[in-house]
Amino acid sequence: MTALTIYFNDIYRAISSALIGMRITIRQMVSPTVTLQYPHEKKQMPDRVRNRLYMNYDDCIGCELCAKACPVDCIEIEVMKAPPTETLGETSTGQKKRIYVTKFDIDIAKCCYCGLCVFPCPTECLKMTDVYEFSEYDRNNLIYNFGTMSPVDVETAKLKVKQYDEEQAAKKAAAAAQAAAAKAAAAAQPAPAPAVPDAQVTPAQSEQPKGPETPPTQQ
Amino acid sequence: MENILAFLNEPAVTMVLLALIPLVFILVYALVTIYFEMKVAAHIQNRLAYMETGWHGVIQPIADMLKLLQKEDIIPTSADKFLFILAPYLVFIGTYASFAVMPFSSGFIGSNIDLGIFYLVAASSLVVVGLLMAGWASNNKWSLFGALRSAAQIVSYEIPGVLAILGVVMVFGTMNMQTMTQMQDGGIQNWLIIGGNFPLGQKLALFPFMFILFIIYLLSSMAEVNRTPFDLPEAESELVQGYNTEYSGMKFAIFYLAEYANLFLVSAIVVVMFFGGWTSPFGSFMSGTVWSAFWFVLKGMSFVFLNIWLRWTLPRLRVDQLMYVSWKVLTPFALFCVIAIGFIMVI
Ligand code: SF4
Ligand code: SF4
Repeated sequence: MTALTIYFNDIYRAISSALIGMRITIRQMVSPTVTLQYPHEKKQMPDRVRNRLYMNYDDCIGCELCAKACPVDCIEIEVMKAPPTETLGETSTGQKKRIYVTKFDIDIAKCCYCGLCVFPCPTECLKMTDVYEFSEYDRNNLIYNFGTMSPVDVETAKLKVKQYDEEQAAKKAAAAAQAAAAKAAAAAQPAPAPAVPDAQVTPAQSEQPKGPETPPTQQ
Repeated sequence: MENILAFLNEPAVTMVLLALIPLVFILVYALVTIYFEMKVAAHIQNRLAYMETGWHGVIQPIADMLKLLQKEDIIPTSADKFLFILAPYLVFIGTYASFAVMPFSSGFIGSNIDLGIFYLVAASSLVVVGLLMAGWASNNKWSLFGALRSAAQIVSYEIPGVLAILGVVMVFGTMNMQTMTQMQDGGIQNWLIIGGNFPLGQKLALFPFMFILFIIYLLSSMAEVNRTPFDLPEAESELVQGYNTEYSGMKFAIFYLAEYANLFLVSAIVVVMFFGGWTSPFGSFMSGTVWSAFWFVLKGMSFVFLNIWLRWTLPRLRVDQLMYVSWKVLTPFALFCVIAIGFIMVI
């Protein structure tokens, strides 16, 4: 190609490509827009979308599996074993609740919406919802307190547990004492037996029953 | 009442009032065009643009204007204060003064001088002085580069632009814009883009050259108003905002206003030269003082639309490409056309 043909070719290409571009843009201009007028109209979320967590406190059995599964530790649970005499009701799946869940907080600000807490829950009380508009002015408002036990409830529960523990301890002590007494009586019968090993056994035995006193309160 | 009429008939007062008409027009037009441009740009990109303020956001330009009015007017400490303040006004004055010879309608032209289009070219050249002033006074590298590019661009595109105007002036034999328009009166077939109001043979001979001149003038006018694809002076991605980087508040608004006014100005020149100015495309049908103003504005706005359309279609040229287009393509073609038109008019 000579310089002259290149020159005219360039001009032709410049004009024709500009015209092609103009045709495309004018078509785009009359074609429908894709803008979603967000606050006024919202997009239908897909079925399995993961947004704000919802927790059904009534179904929680306090197993803490969700808190253990959470990779960012944003679920904070405090539980307390209820005395078997108490009836805490049942979950909707028919499981008996045996544990007081005194605190169930999810810090949604930390949550990364991975959904890992949802699956381990044996009673299916955690759920991902499609709510995504939950911004707050105060950071603390993003800690959701799902637990419905009031401080008074917690106190009474604690009291009940303490009472029950004390009862149990008393029962155990009584049982131990009885056992000790029975043993002592049994030991006393063979008179010729040496008194020294006997004296060693009794204190050890009476100390042992004290042990189980602590575990329930710890829970 | 009589006092008021007497006052209005005072020559000085009439002059001021008449001079205000283009100003009012520019203000209203700028508001409309800002809205229009945003909408066109958005729809080309399948968006919606302003939707919240008023029906489809129609009062958004007014809100923007109020916002600009309230903005703090910052003058950089190391700027050349006098020039810095003067520059936007100079730019606007250059544009505004050009409107004086614009035949808005068969009944209204600011100043019906015989040097019409020559004066217009001269007055609108004042803009480049203002831009250089702004860039220099800002004491900012980007502004200076923007101004330098702008000056280089406007000066080089002035040549094919003026050559195109020369070709048209040779055809009409006058520089008076009102006369030019009147010579194209009588319907669409008399417009210069189709060969003008001449005998058939001459008409056919003129037509291709007129078309080329029209393209040349359109391109160089786009370069003169610094719009994409020739928006190197304010290339956002390279120069922040070019010569008006340091401007804020009302001064920035004046630059903006001048830019839009300039856009209409060059579109109006195209209309007057090639598309019959205020004449109705249907001969005497729908013609008259008011109708002719309507046609003028409608035609002008369609070229404004063309400018906007091209802006959102084409990418920006490189500096060397810009110079190439001006010096190696437009100028030789324009020269060739001028010579050819000379022959045609003589024969
Ligand atoms: S979704 Fe993930 S991050 Fe959020 S609470 Fe559940 S496990 Fe933790
Ligand atoms: S896994 Fe379910 S039942 Fe267990 S503590 Fe978490 S929410 Fe409660």
